[in-house]
Amino acid sequence: MKRIKDIIKNIRAQKSVETKSPKLTEPFFVRWLVIGISILFIGVFVCAPLFLVFVKAFEKGAAAYYAAISDEASFSAIKLTLITAVIAVPCNMIFGLAASWLIAKFHFRGKNILTTLIDLPFTVSPVVSGMIFVMLFGLQGWFGSWLYANDIKIIYAVPGIVLATIFVTLPFVARELIPIMQINGTEEEQAALVLGAGGWKTFFHVTFPNIKWALIYGVILCNARAMGEFGAVSVVSGHIRGLTNTIPLHAEILYNEYQMNAAFAVASSLTLLAVITLALKKFAEIKIKQELAESNYISVGENI
Amino acid sequence: MSIEVSNLTKIFNGFTAVDDVNFQIETGELVALLGPSGSGKSTLLRMIAGLEIPDNGTIHLTGKETTSASPRDRNVGFVFQHYALFKHMTIYDNIAFGLKVRKAPKHEIAPRVSELLELVQLRGLEKRYPSQISGGQRQRVAVARALAARPNILLLDEPFGALDAKVREELRKWILQLHEQTQVTTLFVTHDQHEALEIAHKVFVMNKGKIEQEGTPAEIFDHPATPFVAEFVGENNFVEAEVVEPHTVRWGQFTFRVNGYPTGQKIRIYFRPNDVYVSSAPESGSVNARISKTRFKGALIELHLVIETDKQIIAHVPKGVAHSSGFTEGAEVFVQITEYHAFRNSEHTIDESLVTI
Amino acid sequence: MIVKKIISKLTDGKKSKRVIPGFGLSLGFTMFYLSLIVMIPLSTLFFKTFSLTWEEFYSTISSPRVLSSFGLTFGASLTAGVINVIFGPLVAWSLVRYNFPAKRIIDALVDLPFALPTAIAGITLTSLYAENGWFGEYLLAIGIKSAYTPIGITIALIFIGLPFVVRTVQPVLEALEVDIEEAAASLGATRWQIITRVILPVIRPAVLTGFVLSFARALGEYGSVIFIAGNMPMKTEISTLLIITRLEQYDYAGAISIAVTMLAASFILILIINILQSRINKKNLIS
Repeated sequence: MKRIKDIIKNIRAQKSVETKSPKLTEPFFVRWLVIGISILFIGVFVCAPLFLVFVKAFEKGAAAYYAAISDEASFSAIKLTLITAVIAVPCNMIFGLAASWLIAKFHFRGKNILTTLIDLPFTVSPVVSGMIFVMLFGLQGWFGSWLYANDIKIIYAVPGIVLATIFVTLPFVARELIPIMQINGTEEEQAALVLGAGGWKTFFHVTFPNIKWALIYGVILCNARAMGEFGAVSVVSGHIRGLTNTIPLHAEILYNEYQMNAAFAVASSLTLLAVITLALKKFAEIKIKQELAESNYISVGENI
Repeated sequence: MSIEVSNLTKIFNGFTAVDDVNFQIETGELVALLGPSGSGKSTLLRMIAGLEIPDNGTIHLTGKETTSASPRDRNVGFVFQHYALFKHMTIYDNIAFGLKVRKAPKHEIAPRVSELLELVQLRGLEKRYPSQISGGQRQRVAVARALAARPNILLLDEPFGALDAKVREELRKWILQLHEQTQVTTLFVTHDQHEALEIAHKVFVMNKGKIEQEGTPAEIFDHPATPFVAEFVGENNFVEAEVVEPHTVRWGQFTFRVNGYPTGQKIRIYFRPNDVYVSSAPESGSVNARISKTRFKGALIELHLVIETDKQIIAHVPKGVAHSSGFTEGAEVFVQITEYHAFRNSEHTIDESLVTI
Repeated sequence: MIVKKIISKLTDGKKSKRVIPGFGLSLGFTMFYLSLIVMIPLSTLFFKTFSLTWEEFYSTISSPRVLSSFGLTFGASLTAGVINVIFGPLVAWSLVRYNFPAKRIIDALVDLPFALPTAIAGITLTSLYAENGWFGEYLLAIGIKSAYTPIGITIALIFIGLPFVVRTVQPVLEALEVDIEEAAASLGATRWQIITRVILPVIRPAVLTGFVLSFARALGEYGSVIFIAGNMPMKTEISTLLIITRLEQYDYAGAISIAVTMLAASFILILIINILQSRINKKNLIS
């Protein structure tokens, strides 16, 4: 995904994108051949699946669609997905704010290790992400027998799903906030402190407005993943219909039961979410670009 | 006493940025901290503001010990080199910020902000954002913001460093005016000697974390206390020579009187180009020289003089004098050095790049 | 007390030498959260791995079913990575250098594989490439069976890996100074020479990084693959599915053995690529 780091890079390189002399580009047919291949590739691999979801979802008409998504099991899957996201996203948002403040505003030993740790959930396979929680809380896991004795269910229950989702989506907000906070530096915060503001006031009045769009950006991506996570959740959920099924798991079950249109109807809700996510993301990108360009303008002024 | 600093030391990763500094600044004074980059002047200023915590020493502001107090409890105004304006706030909100966070009564904020806008001559710009005004205007906003909560002390870190020459000139005059109006104790950091000498009542010259000399601009310029000050402030010729007989140093045909150095001591003699008296006719004590090059310097003409074929010095003479006396390239002239300062050669290692010859 | 000690350790023993507030709070919270969510859970993997006996480990990963899953997973991941390395930069190039209709939409759609839940990608791709699907039908007509074969798995992995390559190459292309190309042109280079000798070397590290990212992602991929794979043992069964199967049978040792082998293998592969890349870079610096 286009990360905030890249956006920053782009702004710095803006001038090189604008200029283009005719001598420095390819012949007409080469150009269109490349464009054609690109469009075809994206068309086949990305657009076609996108269309198919909605075509299949509405194949049997709007009534069938409505019946599929208002079915009781679907309803509880939607509810569980929302609950998961409502817990996981704010947790990771607060974590993202704390971690990015720590990493961008202070120098301390072990900073690189910390950054690597934050990125770790991205590099771990979703299946392994689920597996580690099974090994902690599963029946034969470290805390398994104690949990069983105290009648606490984590694996094959909602807490496991929430935990696995938090793990998988942990880096999203922090990763987007760190570069933007680093770019902003600490001068504005210092100014606020000298002017008499305390820590929280400085954060809410000075830091926050500058990272607002990056935060939204991170939260959007975090939410999309939290609602759509399949691999990790699949491992810890146990697929108990009506109890531990999220939307993706429910779509899987319907699909495996050959209820194709119902499966796609359920899937279409998350596909729509994905499309909205992409649109919002684009919008946030434009906003971040504008704000960076503005502060760039200030710093350009400084160099004169 | 407004600012009192004793034994102040700050070390960054083994590098001593500020080294056992002591000074006092009276209430209402306008003081410049002058020094090359890396001399520790900004660190010193930031410690006074509470933006760095000293490793050793104490800071008293208006009589109170504030060595490790939080910046917000010091009641100082700080102007950052790059302004550090809040870019998402309007000019009005920027100036009002300090008042708002200090919970000033609402009905006092608006009049105070407009008073300040008046003071920094930016009336009418209150609804703009920092990105919509010029660099010089941003600097004024930064000053207004720092003054809003009526600080006891105003600290400015390279306040004009980021601006072009013309705007700097204007702002210098403006800051003087502002100081006359507000009478707030002001300490500003600069690497520009003209800025320091022109504005300040008192100048502290810093080098390698220490204050080399403090004094009025005239004292600093006319009586440099160390070779560093002699070289850093104003242009200077310098020559190296040895004390050959008591109180006397000879450099070619020139004789300098020095006191307090034993015979055999290596000495550096500094003299300013405008303390070299050039004439077309010989006078008592004058030395023969040839003009090897002339250079245009506005109201002055810079003469490169060769003495005894191997010695070179620089002299500044008013343009009129140069014309009427026929000081052109190749002319033979007579030279006297009217004022000079001598230092023991070992007192400081001297940065050769600063030497003007 | 312990937290305070750790904080003072991390701050070289000096207390409260920081002017910006919130160091202790943000450090404390970050460490607490990371320990709880990442470090403790991941450490189980570590400890369980070292409590494995060699027999347990060897008997699991030497079983033909597991070995064939390794072959399939690595093979399909590599193939998908290579295909993305060919087409990804092409897409990035079109997006950066050319103008064409719907460019912005195409640009946004490149990220769809990130945003779309993998399970939905899985069922959708399966429907597309099944015998009666939009594409599967025609592919079958020319004799290619795609769904429920390694080809289908590769297709799913291409989908998943695509944005990694495009999005790592794109910013590098955007940041590419036109001056370099102009300089090359003024020195008499043809367009082809400029592309192969000036532009390609600049984007090569990004392409390789994109490859590594998409390859690593493909190795651990589950949701988008299991539907289209068909999951026939020895034929189309991927390693991550085997991990889940073992877990469901409470065979934790088996699950860990497979997972750790996959992690180690991908780590070694990524290491080799990184070493190769730094070699190339060094060579470029010298010449």
